[in-house]
Amino acid sequence: MDVGIVGYGVYIPWYRIRVEEIAKVWGDDPENIKRGLLVEEKSVPGPDEDTATIAVEAARNAVKQAGIDPQGIGAIYVGSESHPYAVKPTATIVAEAIEATPDLTAADYEFACKAGTAGIQTCMGAVEAGMIKYGMAIGSDTAQGAPGDPLEYTAAAGGCAFIVGKNGSETLATIEDTYSYTTDTPDFWRRDMRPYPKHGGRFTGKPAYFKHVLSAANGLLRKLQLTPQDFAYVVFHQPNGKFPMHAAEELGFSKEQVVPGLLAPKIGNTYSGSAMMGLAAVLDQAKPGERILMVSYGSGAGSDAFSIVVRDTIEKKRNATPKVLDYVNRKVNIDYAAYVKFRRLLVK
Amino acid sequence: MAVPRFWREIPNRYNLVGARCGNCNKVLFPPRYICPYCRRMGKLEPYRLKRRGKVLSYTVVHIAANGFEDQAPYLLAIIELEDGPRLTAQITDCNPDEIKIGDEVEMIFRRMGEESQDGVIYYGFKARRI
Ligand SMILES: [Zn+2]
Repeated sequence: MDVGIVGYGVYIPWYRIRVEEIAKVWGDDPENIKRGLLVEEKSVPGPDEDTATIAVEAARNAVKQAGIDPQGIGAIYVGSESHPYAVKPTATIVAEAIEATPDLTAADYEFACKAGTAGIQTCMGAVEAGMIKYGMAIGSDTAQGAPGDPLEYTAAAGGCAFIVGKNGSETLATIEDTYSYTTDTPDFWRRDMRPYPKHGGRFTGKPAYFKHVLSAANGLLRKLQLTPQDFAYVVFHQPNGKFPMHAAEELGFSKEQVVPGLLAPKIGNTYSGSAMMGLAAVLDQAKPGERILMVSYGSGAGSDAFSIVVRDTIEKKRNATPKVLDYVNRKVNIDYAAYVKFRRLLVK
Repeated sequence: MAVPRFWREIPNRYNLVGARCGNCNKVLFPPRYICPYCRRMGKLEPYRLKRRGKVLSYTVVHIAANGFEDQAPYLLAIIELEDGPRLTAQITDCNPDEIKIGDEVEMIFRRMGEESQDGVIYYGFKARRI
C-alpha cells in the first residue's frame, strides 16, 4: 500500500492509582497482583475528562505534529468502548474541536479495544482510493471495571490519534500492509445500559487474546514474507504487562523488541488507545529505516496487525509535541477515596 | 444553559474564536459585533486566539457552583491570554496550593457540565499550567 502516518498524538490523564491502593480495599495481596499482571499503577481520568476530551487532546497533538491544515482531514473515526453518549458521535465533537468541520465524514467505531486500529484501516483504504487527502483515526477510552473485579486494577484512561495520508515527504512512517483475524469469541462484553463489562476470566487468555493476536501477527508475516528478525520493535495490545510479553515470546520476538512499546506497567490498559499508544512510544524513539509490527486486540474478538517502516521525516516532526513518556511521567497519585469520587461512584 | 445557545457558542467555547478589529487590531473575546474602540469605523473579523496565557489572579472555591461539587476545592482564575483579552476560567489538573500569579497556562478542552443525567454534555475551555 502507498499510505503512511503523517502525524500522531497522544494524551494520558494526570492522575494515577497504585495497585496497593485498590488491593487494600478488597483485601488482595498487592505483590501477588503486581507480579501476576505486571502492572504497578493505572491512569485515572479527572472529574472533567471523558473519552471526547481525551480524544481532543490527542487529536490536537497529532495535527500539531503533522503540521497540516486540519481542513485537509476528510475523515475522522473515533474508536472507543466508553463514548460519552450512546447516541451522538464523539467524532463530531473532535472534528469541531480541531477545526476540521464541515467538509468531512465522521463516525464512531466500537470493537472493544481494537476500534481505533479498525479506524486506521478505514483511513488507509479511503486515502489509497483517493477519496480523502488525510484521515484521522483515534483510540480513546475511560475504561471502568466493576469495583472489586480484577479489571479494576488495569482499566485505565488515555487516547492516541493517527493521521494517515499518501506516502511522500510528509509521512513520517510508511504503513506497508495490514492483516486482520476475526472470529465470534465471547470473552468480554457489556450489555446495553449496563455500567460494567463482564468477562470470561481465564477464557480471555488462550482462546481469545493469544489466538487472535498470534494469528494476526503470523498472517501478516506470511503475507509480507518477513520474520521477527526483520523488525526492530513489536507492539501488542496491553490488557496487562504480562500478555504482550508472552505473545512476543511465542512469536519469537526478544524482550528488547517488546519493552520500548510496553506501557501497561505504568498506566494500565488504556483499551482502544493501548496498542496505538505503544506504537506512538516506539515512534518517539525509532530510527529511520526501522520496521515495527503492531498488533491490536479487541474482545469479541479480533486483531489487526500492521507493518510500519519509519522514514527520515520522523526526525523533524516528533519534537513538536509532548512524547508518550512525558505524559507517563507527568502524574499525581490519588487514593481510593478520590478515585471513587472522580469516577462518580459515590451514592449521594 | 439552553442547547441552542450552547450550540451557537461552540466555536468560542471549543476553539477560542473571538474577533479582531481590522481598524485598531484589538482582539476581542468573546466576539462582538461592534468594536468598542472604533465604533462605526471598526472592521471586526473572526479570529482564533492563541491558547496560551498567564494567571492574573485566582481564588480557591470551596462552596462549589451547581454541578461542580465533586471538584471542590477548585481553582477559578482570571487569565490574560497572549492575544490580550482576559477571561475567567477554571484551572484544572492542579493542586490549589501549587498555583501562583504569573503562572503560564494553556487553554484546554474539558467537560464543563451537563444539562442533566440524560441531557446534553457541555464542553469548553479550562486552563492548565504548562
Ligand atoms: Zn477597532
